Amino acid sequence: MIWLRTWKLGIKSLALHPLRTILTMLGIMIGVWAVIVLTAISQGASNQVQKQIESLGSTTIIVRSQKPPEEKLAGSRVSEYGLLRSDLDRILSNVPTIESAIPIREIRRQFTYRDRSVDGRLVGCTPAYAEVNQLQTRTGGGRFLSDADELKADTVCVISAGVAEKLFPYEEPIGKRITIPEHTDKYKVVGVLEHRNPSAAIGGSLDSQDFSKDIYIPMRTLRKRIGDMIVTRRSGQFQTEIMELNQITLQAKEQDDVKPAAALIETLLAANHAEMSDTAVVVPLELLEQAKNMKLMFLGIGILIACISLVVGGIGIMNIMLASVTERTREIGVRRALGAKQKDITRQFLVETIVLSFAGAIMGIVFGLMSLPIYRFLNWFAKNTMEEKFAALPAAIREAEPAIVLWTIPLAVMIAVGVGLLSGLYPAIRAAKMNPIEALRHE
Amino acid sequence: MSVTDAYGSPGSDPNTEPSGPRRLACSIRNLTKDYVLKSETVHALRGVSFDVPEGDYAAIMGPSGSGKSTLLNLLGCLDQPSGGSLFLGEDDISTMTDDELAEIRSQRIGFVFQSYNLIQQLTVVENIQVPLYYQGRLGPRERKRVIDLAERVGLGDRLDHRPQQLSGGQQQRVAIARSLVNDPLFVLADESTGNLDSVTTAEILELFDELNEEGRTIILVTHEDDVAERAKRIVRLKDGMLHTDEVVSDEQRNAAKTQQLQAVQELLARQ
Repeated sequence: MIWLRTWKLGIKSLALHPLRTILTMLGIMIGVWAVIVLTAISQGASNQVQKQIESLGSTTIIVRSQKPPEEKLAGSRVSEYGLLRSDLDRILSNVPTIESAIPIREIRRQFTYRDRSVDGRLVGCTPAYAEVNQLQTRTGGGRFLSDADELKADTVCVISAGVAEKLFPYEEPIGKRITIPEHTDKYKVVGVLEHRNPSAAIGGSLDSQDFSKDIYIPMRTLRKRIGDMIVTRRSGQFQTEIMELNQITLQAKEQDDVKPAAALIETLLAANHAEMSDTAVVVPLELLEQAKNMKLMFLGIGILIACISLVVGGIGIMNIMLASVTERTREIGVRRALGAKQKDITRQFLVETIVLSFAGAIMGIVFGLMSLPIYRFLNWFAKNTMEEKFAALPAAIREAEPAIVLWTIPLAVMIAVGVGLLSGLYPAIRAAKMNPIEALRHE
Repeated sequence: MSVTDAYGSPGSDPNTEPSGPRRLACSIRNLTKDYVLKSETVHALRGVSFDVPEGDYAAIMGPSGSGKSTLLNLLGCLDQPSGGSLFLGEDDISTMTDDELAEIRSQRIGFVFQSYNLIQQLTVVENIQVPLYYQGRLGPRERKRVIDLAERVGLGDRLDHRPQQLSGGQQQRVAIARSLVNDPLFVLADESTGNLDSVTTAEILELFDELNEEGRTIILVTHEDDVAERAKRIVRLKDGMLHTDEVVSDEQRNAAKTQQLQAVQELLARQ
């Protein structure tokens, strides 16, 4: 009963100065808002990264060719580097925990069909590629590469949704023949894939991998028809690059085998590649762990920023309460004369600060929850007005959807009320310790 | 130290029971109060003794520096004496803790201040209720008592008004109702008419008269002779000591009252 009355009184006293009260709440409100929004953004970004890494698979080990440093290639027109087919054989015969392996060769090429053309990647791979990367042909979109294609080294191809859209906007792609101008061969389309999300960056690049302009052909076809030597014309010069494989995607039997297997593979590769340092072993599982650490760091920074604004809010409350105590010295004197004990006065002022900080926290939560639609709108707006700049952003930011972390809401309220209590304590005690006679005399 | 009994023998007052001595609202014995200011000590009260029986109406007077305010603070249990004793009813307050003093204030003393001292954010009813609030008494019975008191002081139609909406005289009436709500041992009025014009002063003093006739004990601190003469007894302090303690005869009281009323009439006639 007394408490109820004290709460009512606290609200009444605050309502006496609405503007001051709202301005005081603002600090706490922004703090709580920051806690909720910053954690939501970092959670959203990390969800996105996590999804990308998970799409690589948790038992996957990726071995990639990478361009060696310039000085190691110096002196030759032809740059020859990267994984060899013999590396693959060595891995398979020496690492027993490896279940399957997919050699991959990627070449940037132009694809044309009649008068339409698109720049994309020509990917040589084995039929297992579809399963490991969870590729689906779209309904009525034919099939992925088969073992027969591989054996016969047929000139067939499976195209990604992006290529299908560009080359065959109006017609059915299955059965049509795509030309690669550099090589004169025509490849018959046997399958069209569903859209595939970009996956996490691997091999030291910050950009995520884009699969939307891929065309898949059997590995043997690629070797036979195109070979290992790629000649590209860049700024008027011909550049010749010889590479057997761009990537080997390996699957370990168990998740626990991944790390020892990766270590073993690195030792195996070191024999041939240590000097050139033209290969890299990427373990998505490790990336996942790194991403988790990153997420914790993001969260920590978010909470730190939020705490700073909460502390500032708390200082604001203390400031206002000190002013309020001075302003209401007379009232305190009267209350003391009429029988209020020191603890009654303390309670009265503490209740006011709790009401202030709690109301601020509620406002912060409301604004925090409202930020999600606002963020979506801003994202949509940026996408439609600054298309190029927007596309240049990393996918983790472009496609991240802030995810409100539910436990931050009670946490933020608790911190806010705690800050309110702490910052209200000193003014409240100061009010209670006032000499009633002097307080009554105060003008 | 002899104790002054201003009324002499029992029976001189109509409120007194003939069968025995009257109960005391407060009793002061050899009360001293010293203030230590840096190096020197100020002796504000140097040993004051007197009794206030229940039903009394005493005015405390004295020039500034006489210890009047100090005595008022001690009587109001806002401060503790340096020496001597101060009984409120049965209890000696000179040994009480801060919390106990607060309890005594909320239960046994009714304050009426010069500047009304109502709480701005509360209504008339809530203001009257404050002493009960600190006793934790907020039931329907208490609420009825609050409303009765508001009606008693003539504010039955302004229960939900706030202090700013009331005139000075009305605010002081609220303060008087508030001072009565805890059924105190005595009402302690500190220059209660100091901020009011003579018309309102007359009204408030009339209210005090009525309350005293109902049996309320009133201790009035004032520096105005005509206000003091409305009391039954005038206690004068000088240099921290009791100077005089005299009974005001009924003739004097009536004369003072008539004089005030006349002044009020003249004032009203001039408007």
